[in-house]
Amino acid sequence: MEKQLLHITVNSEYHELYIKPKKLLVEVLRDELGLTGTKKGCNTGACSACTVLLNGASVKSCSVLAMQADGTEITTVEGLADGGKLSFLQRSFLDYSAYQCGFCTSGMLMSATALLNENPNPTNRQIKEGIHGNICRCTGYNSIIRAIKAVADGRYKEKK
Amino acid sequence: MMKKYTVINTPVHNIDGIAKITGRAEYAFDIKLPHMLYGKILRSPYPHAKILNIDTSKAEGLTGVKAVVTGSDTLGIKQGIWRRFKELCDEEILARSKVRYIGEPVAAVAALDEDTAEEALDLIEVEYEPLQGVFEPLEAIKEGAPQLHERAERNINVTRHIEWGDVDEGFKKADHIREDWFRCSSQSHVCMETHNAVASFTPDKRLTVWTSTQSHYYIQVLLSWVLGLRENDVRVVSRYTGGGFGSKFELDSAQFCSSLLSMKLFKPVKIILTREEEFMATKRRTPMFYYLRTGVKKDGSFVAKEARVFTEGGAYTSMGATALYLTGFFQAFPYVWPSYRYDGYRVYTNTAPTSAMRGFGAPQATFCAETQIDLIANDLGIDPIEIRRKNAMYPNYEVPGQATIQSCGLSQCLDKIEKWIKSRGKLPPNRGIGIAAYGFMSGGIFNWFDTPYAFSSAVIQVNIDGKVDLYVGSQDMGQGSNTTMTIICAEELGVRIEDIRLHMGDTDNCPVDLGAWGSRETLMQGNAVKMAAAEAKRQIIEYAVAKLSPNIVYDLDIKDRWIHLIARPERGLLYYDVVKEAIRGKDGQPIIARGHYTPHRKGMISPAYSFGVQAVEAEVDPDTGKITLKNCVTAHDCGQVINPLGVKGQLEGAMAMAAGYGFTEDLPMDEGKILNPNLVDYKVLRATEMPETKVIEVETYEPEGPFGAKEAGEGLTNPTAGALGNAIFHATGLSVKNLPITPEKVLEALREKKKKKGK
Repeated sequence: MEKQLLHITVNSEYHELYIKPKKLLVEVLRDELGLTGTKKGCNTGACSACTVLLNGASVKSCSVLAMQADGTEITTVEGLADGGKLSFLQRSFLDYSAYQCGFCTSGMLMSATALLNENPNPTNRQIKEGIHGNICRCTGYNSIIRAIKAVADGRYKEKK
Repeated sequence: MMKKYTVINTPVHNIDGIAKITGRAEYAFDIKLPHMLYGKILRSPYPHAKILNIDTSKAEGLTGVKAVVTGSDTLGIKQGIWRRFKELCDEEILARSKVRYIGEPVAAVAALDEDTAEEALDLIEVEYEPLQGVFEPLEAIKEGAPQLHERAERNINVTRHIEWGDVDEGFKKADHIREDWFRCSSQSHVCMETHNAVASFTPDKRLTVWTSTQSHYYIQVLLSWVLGLRENDVRVVSRYTGGGFGSKFELDSAQFCSSLLSMKLFKPVKIILTREEEFMATKRRTPMFYYLRTGVKKDGSFVAKEARVFTEGGAYTSMGATALYLTGFFQAFPYVWPSYRYDGYRVYTNTAPTSAMRGFGAPQATFCAETQIDLIANDLGIDPIEIRRKNAMYPNYEVPGQATIQSCGLSQCLDKIEKWIKSRGKLPPNRGIGIAAYGFMSGGIFNWFDTPYAFSSAVIQVNIDGKVDLYVGSQDMGQGSNTTMTIICAEELGVRIEDIRLHMGDTDNCPVDLGAWGSRETLMQGNAVKMAAAEAKRQIIEYAVAKLSPNIVYDLDIKDRWIHLIARPERGLLYYDVVKEAIRGKDGQPIIARGHYTPHRKGMISPAYSFGVQAVEAEVDPDTGKITLKNCVTAHDCGQVINPLGVKGQLEGAMAMAAGYGFTEDLPMDEGKILNPNLVDYKVLRATEMPETKVIEVETYEPEGPFGAKEAGEGLTNPTAGALGNAIFHATGLSVKNLPITPEKVLEALREKKKKKGK
């Protein structure tokens, strides 16, 4: 099948790429743009390791054709920090050791970012539901829940 | 007085944290090399069949296909991780004449892209002659059952016998004897990073393999063996590993298939297993049929125990032989048994091989043992805490002929858990609290791999600016050994975390360590690091002594970059200044020190043991059988805590995996075919299913461990299934002896109970 032109903004950088129309968003991010922070754990939409933000909403990039994302803005884990300045969630993930092997961490951070964007004051229940789709085989989730809660509770503030 | 420790047991960020939370951590999964090809593996669709012929010509003719390899491209070596015992090396890398499980590798293809490689698999023509298969150990061991391996009559792969005391006399003395049968299910590791490798063979006959592993050393040795290369012409690199849990220290198909293809093509070849392959064709937890006969006195004192186990081995030995031994040993844990007899049989079946998984035979043992102890306590009207306390192991106890326990905080753990249970007061209906006690090893003593090296080694170089290069062989798969080793080095040398630059995960640049399995890194690699750091410190202190010229009766130490007289800590010198002078004094050579560790005269199993007690509070819905976890509290003795955030993470994570084993995870099969090889039908616990978890540290000092530390990550996989089962028992009066404890089984048991009452 003929390649098609994809226009996509990823982490504030605009790209034009010729791609096969069957390419998944996760494949374009990893293979074409070299953004390997986004992982693949199952390729069937069951583990959410590949979660990214598409126009601000969390999506599983293994379940989106790249061409479906034509003209959109994507944020991946590489786009969370502002230069050397980590996002609040990244800082709290460090402080609460909310990761172990790290392979689900990118997807987890993106789901948590989307959750707090939508609902800045979630209850523990809502946090659990917000990351329900993300499998973490290492931590047992509770350290992740504590890290997200800490940000929601305002324990991370802009340093003046 | 200076503080006893300046780094140990303080909450520090994981040293790999920044890389992991910014997406910069590069796993083998992420590696892309110039001219790299992509590989796929053809696997057997039959559980048992002869291979009559393989025709690869059509596949080779497909545009974009660069090479196809089959068993005839291999040296035909039967490999295995029990290298010391040739009869247990029974697995060909690509089957040449016979396949023994669905998913066994038969051929592999390298092509320009994954799609083409996948397409080529369909064009490989394999002519099979299906044979009758056998899938259950109790069937496979019968006379006349189909035989998998020529040498293994009645499909018996390995047997194990453990015995001490006079068991028959013991039973005569018992007031109460119970016999129970249990069935322990399988479990998949479900590492989030599936097995993968990038292999690159170059014209200088050197092979480099980037892979996701728990032991780069084992993979180096095993690859060089099956490929006929010199050991140190194989380089294995593994900087980050996306989970292991026991599944990543044997040779896997991604590693050897990518290597074979690269050796044919002199180009890098990458193979990533799909999630489905991961379920069907990598190793898994060993299912076990357990018979227990136990004799006790009226007051609950244990007198005799007899255990017989038949394990579903699957098609090959793999690490299953170790699981067979450890399940027998840990069946008697963590109690004092005056007499004990264990007979274990590992039986070949036409199913995916079963092997090491977190806990390594001990979760099965602990589930059966702890379930039966609660049944016995119930029979005798004794409190579950009390019966455990009465028989608990204690410091310096010797397990006859097997092991010497040094530190043991089991009785303190029982006290803490008893207090927590009391604090819960009266529970609502259909809710119960169950407990289970457990212990685990801190690294194995056995050397079936037959390494001639020390079990762990470390090298330290101190540079002119005081920055320390620490080279270790240990592998961090998420459990946090990189941070633990950095802490141990910083504490012993008297510097800070940020003074240390860790090098690991590369056989070309790191000393040998056997890898991250059997909970060995903290104690074994930790001891090697501590020894190297102590030696580096000694060299630095020599120069400080010369400079300070104290009275000879004073000795010096380094704490937090301050080299000082121990008796007069205010008198000292800055670490950086002394390092500069020391290097000048060594004719410009950086300070170099080495450390190593191999256990000697520490029994048969491990140099040290962790202990703990877990309480699980669960609710059962009597209409649906649904189980909800409410609370999980664990009192754990891991000796001196090195990295508190790390320990907590390990304990919580182990609990989640162990709870999955208890009630949600299973690998049902039909004639050797796994029916749920995906993450929708295989139920890993999700965030919404996790209960509140609480960890109570009981600190002891383990003389054999670095700074008194021992195991903290694996032992906690042992108690949860049993504690959960006991919670259900106390909530409903039902004991389910067949894992996992699903709603169906609970409902069935409830119906049975009603029927009995009705009569």
